[in-house]
Amino acid sequence: MSDAAIAPLLVSETRGPAVTTERLPVRIILITVGVTFLILFLLLPLAAVFVEAFRAGLGAYVAAITEPDAVAAIKLTLLVAAIAVPANVIFGLAASWAIAKFDFVGKSMLNTLIDLPFSVAPVISGVIYVLLFGLQGIFGHWLQGHHVQIIFALPGIVLATIFVTFPFVARELVPLMQEQGTLDEEAALSLGASGWQTFFKVTLPNIRWALLYGVVLCNARAMGEFGAVSVVSGHIRGKTNTMPLHVEILYNEYNFAAAFAVASLLALLALITLVIKITLEWRYADQIAASRRH
Amino acid sequence: MDARVTNAVNYPAIGQGRGVTEPHWDKTVDVSIENVVRVFGSTAALHGVSLDIAAGELVALLGPSGSGKTTLLRILAGLDEPTSGRVLFDGEDALKLTVQERNVGLVFQNYALFRHMTVLENIGFGLRVRPWSRRPSRKEIKHRALELLDLVQLSGLEKRFPSQLSGGQRQRVAFARALAIEPRVLLLDEPFGALDAKVRRDLRRWLLEMHNKTGHTTVFVTHDQEEALELADRIVVMSEGRIEQIGTPDEIYDRPNSPFVYSFIGESSMLPVRIEKGKAWIDGHSLDLSVDDLVSGPAQLFFRPHDVEVGDDLAGAIPATVQGVRRHGGARRLDLAVVGRDDRVEIELPADFGVEISGPIAVRPRRYRVFPAPAQALSN
Repeated sequence: MSDAAIAPLLVSETRGPAVTTERLPVRIILITVGVTFLILFLLLPLAAVFVEAFRAGLGAYVAAITEPDAVAAIKLTLLVAAIAVPANVIFGLAASWAIAKFDFVGKSMLNTLIDLPFSVAPVISGVIYVLLFGLQGIFGHWLQGHHVQIIFALPGIVLATIFVTFPFVARELVPLMQEQGTLDEEAALSLGASGWQTFFKVTLPNIRWALLYGVVLCNARAMGEFGAVSVVSGHIRGKTNTMPLHVEILYNEYNFAAAFAVASLLALLALITLVIKITLEWRYADQIAASRRH
Repeated sequence: MDARVTNAVNYPAIGQGRGVTEPHWDKTVDVSIENVVRVFGSTAALHGVSLDIAAGELVALLGPSGSGKTTLLRILAGLDEPTSGRVLFDGEDALKLTVQERNVGLVFQNYALFRHMTVLENIGFGLRVRPWSRRPSRKEIKHRALELLDLVQLSGLEKRFPSQLSGGQRQRVAFARALAIEPRVLLLDEPFGALDAKVRRDLRRWLLEMHNKTGHTTVFVTHDQEEALELADRIVVMSEGRIEQIGTPDEIYDRPNSPFVYSFIGESSMLPVRIEKGKAWIDGHSLDLSVDDLVSGPAQLFFRPHDVEVGDDLAGAIPATVQGVRRHGGARRLDLAVVGRDDRVEIELPADFGVEISGPIAVRPRRYRVFPAPAQALSN
C-alpha cells in the first residue's frame, strides 16, 4: 500500500474527517458538476422567468396579470385547488386510516393503487375522463340528456386534478400512521373519548405536520397541473383556462411578456411551496413520514 | 386476603359535574370471567378461560408470549370481544358495554401518552372528553389532575411534554391518566416491560404503594415471573390459551401443579422416572418419594434445584456423580449425572459445602412433584 493511501487513514484518527471523504480534486469536480447543473437547469430558467416577465416594464406586468382572462385563469386555478385539495385531504385521511389501522382484504391492492397516478402520464388521466364523460364517452349520452357538462367545464378540470394529485396526502400519511399504530387511539377510547373526539384530539394532532406537508405538495401540483387539465379543459379563454393553460396560450400567441408574467406567479407559488416544505422538513422531520419520494 | 386490599378509593371523589347526577364509581368492582373463548381465524387464542377476581385484588396474568394473557386483558378492557363466554363486573354483563362505557383504566407497555399534550393535559384527558353534562369544570379538572400528579409523585412536571420525561415518569403519568377517570378496574399491559431493570424494581414498589392507597381491582399482564411473584395477590399462570394454575405467589412457587408451571416459574430440575408398584424408580433404585395414585409407567420428577438434601448414603435417594461445580451467587451449582443414565440434573448447595468432581453423591428432593410423562416422552 502506498503512503498516499495510508495518509488519509492517519489523518482521520487525529483530525476526524470520515474515511469516506474524497480527495480535494475529486471533491472540486463533484461540486462543480452539481452546482453547474443546478444553475443551468434550475436557477437560470427561474431567473429567466422573472426577467422576461418584467422585460416590458412593471406596468405591462401588472396589466398582464390583471387583464380579465388572466384574472379568470387565476380564479379558476384557485377554485380548482380549493376543491381538489380538500377532496384529497379527505380521501388521503380515509385511505391512510384504513390502511394503517385496519386489516382488510385488498389492503395491499389499495396501497398500490394510490401510487397509480404517479406512474400514469397526466395526459392519459385527462383522456380517461374524456372517454368516460365526453360526448362520445360511456356516460356522455346520459349526461347530455340530463344537461350535465363535465368535460370542457369545471367538473372535468377538478376531476382530472384530483386524479393527478391524490397520492400526495395519502403517501405522506400512510407510513406515519402505520408507524404510530393504534395504541394512542385505544388509550383515548378507554378514557371515554368518542370516535370523533379520538380522531380530532389524538389522531389528527399526531399527524398534523405530515398532513400539512402533504397538503402543500398537493396544492403545488394541483395549481401547476398542465397535461391532464389540458385534455379536459377545452381551453375556453376566460372560462376553462387555468393558469398553466393560460401561459401556454399567451406563449403560442407570441405574447411573451404576458406569458412570463403569469408564469412568474406560478414560479412564485413554487418558491413559497419550497420554503414551507423546507421549514416543515427542518422543524418537524420526525413527524413527517420517513419515505421522501418527491 | 391481606390488609392492603380495601374497597375504598382514598383520593377525593370528583364533584357532580354540572348539577346532573353522574354515575361515578367510588367503589371498585369484582370481575368474573366465565368460559371465555377467543378465536382468531382458525386459531384459538383463548380456550374457555374462567377466573374470578375479588374487588380490590391485584392479580397477575403470567405466561409466555402467545399464552393469551394480553388477549384476555383486551377483552376485559373492551378493546376485543370474546367469541363466546361472559365477563361480569359486579355481576353486571360487561360485554354489553362499549370500551368507553366500561370505565376501565388502561396502562400500556409503551405508555401511549398523547405526545402533543402536556403531562397535565394528558391526565385530564379522560375528564375533558366527557359529555357536557358529566364534565367537571375546567378548574376542577386541573385541580384533579394536579392531585393525581401529586399522587404519582411527579408534582412540578405538569407543563412538560411526554418526550421530556424518562420512561419511568411517563409510565407514572400514564397511570395517573388512567386513574383520573375513576376506573372500576385497572388493567396494566406489561406496565414495566419497556423500562430498565433498576427503574422496574422501583416502580414495582411504587405500584404496590399506589394499590394500597387506591385499592382498585387491578389486573396486570406480565411475562416476568419475578414481577408477578412480588406484586400479585394472586397469580394466574397461562399457557397456550389456557389457565395452568391460579394461586398465591407461595402456592405457585412452592406447589406448581403442572410440568409447565414447574419449568416456567423459578428454576426446576426434571428427571424421567418410572412408576411401578406404587413407587418411583430410576433403573433398579426405588426412590423414597410419595407418588400417591400415579398409574404405572413413565413419569417425570420435578423439583427445585435448591430444595434437596444430599448425603453419601441417603436411603431412597438418587445416585449420581458430580460432573461440574459452578459458583452461583451465594450458593454452588452442581451438575450431576445420574448413575447408569444419560440424564443430567442440576442442584444447588450452600457455598461452603465441600464437593469433589467425579465423586459420588446421593440426592433426595425435599419438595417435588411427580407427573405422568407427556405423550411425547412416552414414545422415546
